[in-house]
Amino acid sequence: MTDLINFYLIPGLVLGSIYALGAIGLTLTFGILRFANFAHGETMTLGAYFAWSLVQLTGWHPIAVLPVAMGLTVLVVLGIDRGFYKPFRASPTIMLVIASFGMMLMVRSVVQFIWGVQVKAMVPGIQMPLVLFDWLRISPKHIMIIAAALVLMFSVHYLLTYTRIGKAMRAMSDSPELARLTGIDTEAVIRATWIIGAALAAAAGVLLALDTHVQTMMGFKLLLPVFAATILGGIGRPYGAVAGGLVIGLAEELSSYPWIGTEPLLNPGYKAGVAFAIMVAMLIWRPSGLFRGKVY
Amino acid sequence: MPTLELRDVVGGYGDTQILHGVSITVDPGEIVVIIGPNGAGKSTAIKAVFGLLKLTGGQVFLDGEDITNMPPEQVVRHGVCYVPQTANIFPSLSVEENLEMGAFVRDDDFTPRLNEIYDLFPPLKEKRRQTAGTLSGGQRQMVAMGKALMLEPRILLLDEPTAGLSPKFRGEIFSIVKTVHAAGIPILMVEQNAKQALKIADRGYVLVDGRNKFTGTGRELLDDPDVASMFLGGEAKDRAGDGTA
Repeated sequence: MTDLINFYLIPGLVLGSIYALGAIGLTLTFGILRFANFAHGETMTLGAYFAWSLVQLTGWHPIAVLPVAMGLTVLVVLGIDRGFYKPFRASPTIMLVIASFGMMLMVRSVVQFIWGVQVKAMVPGIQMPLVLFDWLRISPKHIMIIAAALVLMFSVHYLLTYTRIGKAMRAMSDSPELARLTGIDTEAVIRATWIIGAALAAAAGVLLALDTHVQTMMGFKLLLPVFAATILGGIGRPYGAVAGGLVIGLAEELSSYPWIGTEPLLNPGYKAGVAFAIMVAMLIWRPSGLFRGKVY
Repeated sequence: MPTLELRDVVGGYGDTQILHGVSITVDPGEIVVIIGPNGAGKSTAIKAVFGLLKLTGGQVFLDGEDITNMPPEQVVRHGVCYVPQTANIFPSLSVEENLEMGAFVRDDDFTPRLNEIYDLFPPLKEKRRQTAGTLSGGQRQMVAMGKALMLEPRILLLDEPTAGLSPKFRGEIFSIVKTVHAAGIPILMVEQNAKQALKIADRGYVLVDGRNKFTGTGRELLDDPDVASMFLGGEAKDRAGDGTA
């Protein structure tokens, strides 16, 4: 039982929180800009590398430089939107999807060019986990990751529920055409969407790097589970994305627990397959996801 | 000076020309109804005001100002509100959030206006926290119109507000339209249910094939034998094709 909690449940929650942060941004861009943004994974990578450089520069903890890394990532993404996606605003969705695919390759190459392809450690050394009540082992970085993710999620919740631009984002996600007819400043909404999406993606990248390490393929590897979380939660549904992220994260970790006998139920090597299986199953049986999102 | 004037408007979508010279005026305080057979360009005429199609000829004036081919987001800022036939509310937002979105272009405090809308449509006040998508058809139309009224528009454009509603709700919508009108807002409305619409209209226009066919007060059109035989008697047939035009 303690093994289940310490080695499967907690890592599952940590991973799930990271997926959730990534999925919120993906689901918002999907809902509001109406395209699957393949470059979202690279946004996460970019955030992690910015944070790594800032840590090298200042010697501070990654969480301390997180806001700056998020800000830098936002600037890059706004620049990308202005230069690459804005000219396609009225184009068919597929053109944007392909453009984002190209952007994914370009951003990754630039990251590899600037920072190199070697794996880097965000924080050197090994941290000892805290032991609570004699049995609960949780490492300080896991507490930080979950806490940071919670703070960010509540901020997004506040923004979407109580601010004018947040409500306009939900409105535009419902119907971009009506939003325009209503006089909602759609370009401002799109900007807000990129800002929130990029900030959360950067955070997801930094938190994952804090848990593991920094490498150029990290964002691409996150893309599949984050897409799975988005579809599971329902496209355009930020709360669905949070739920979806947690479910995917937990399912991936719990799938390798020895539920039957002493062997892992599923070889940990197949973890990524769990997300994929959930995504395929949802697309077949309930494409609108848990929170009744859009179906394309 | 008329609140709204379409002068010999010509235009359509892409290469398909739908309006071949339509002229409509709405004077301050009027309810004006556009009727006609399916495909006559009724809805298109309203969309022409709102910059939703490219006009190749003619002009549109709002209180004397030329707004021809102005994009929708600008037309709204000029105080013209348009309620489309379908998808005219944000279903996942609450009733109150829908109304707030209607006031998006306002920079001042719109709370007094919000309360006026609630006074106009009491059921909305009761359901202000409810998700708009869960409301009945009639109440959705209230939200759609309330949302448009948040701007205190100079004119309200309604595209077939009763389309797809049962006769009971239809009466409800017409009384809502009268309520809005009583609040002093001129209305230009497209309607499939010609008889009922003409009864509440100050004036009506009959469009056929993208051109003006008959014009007159609501009463005159109701009494006109040609109009009656062509459109009012044929209403039952017309209704079967609801929602097209």
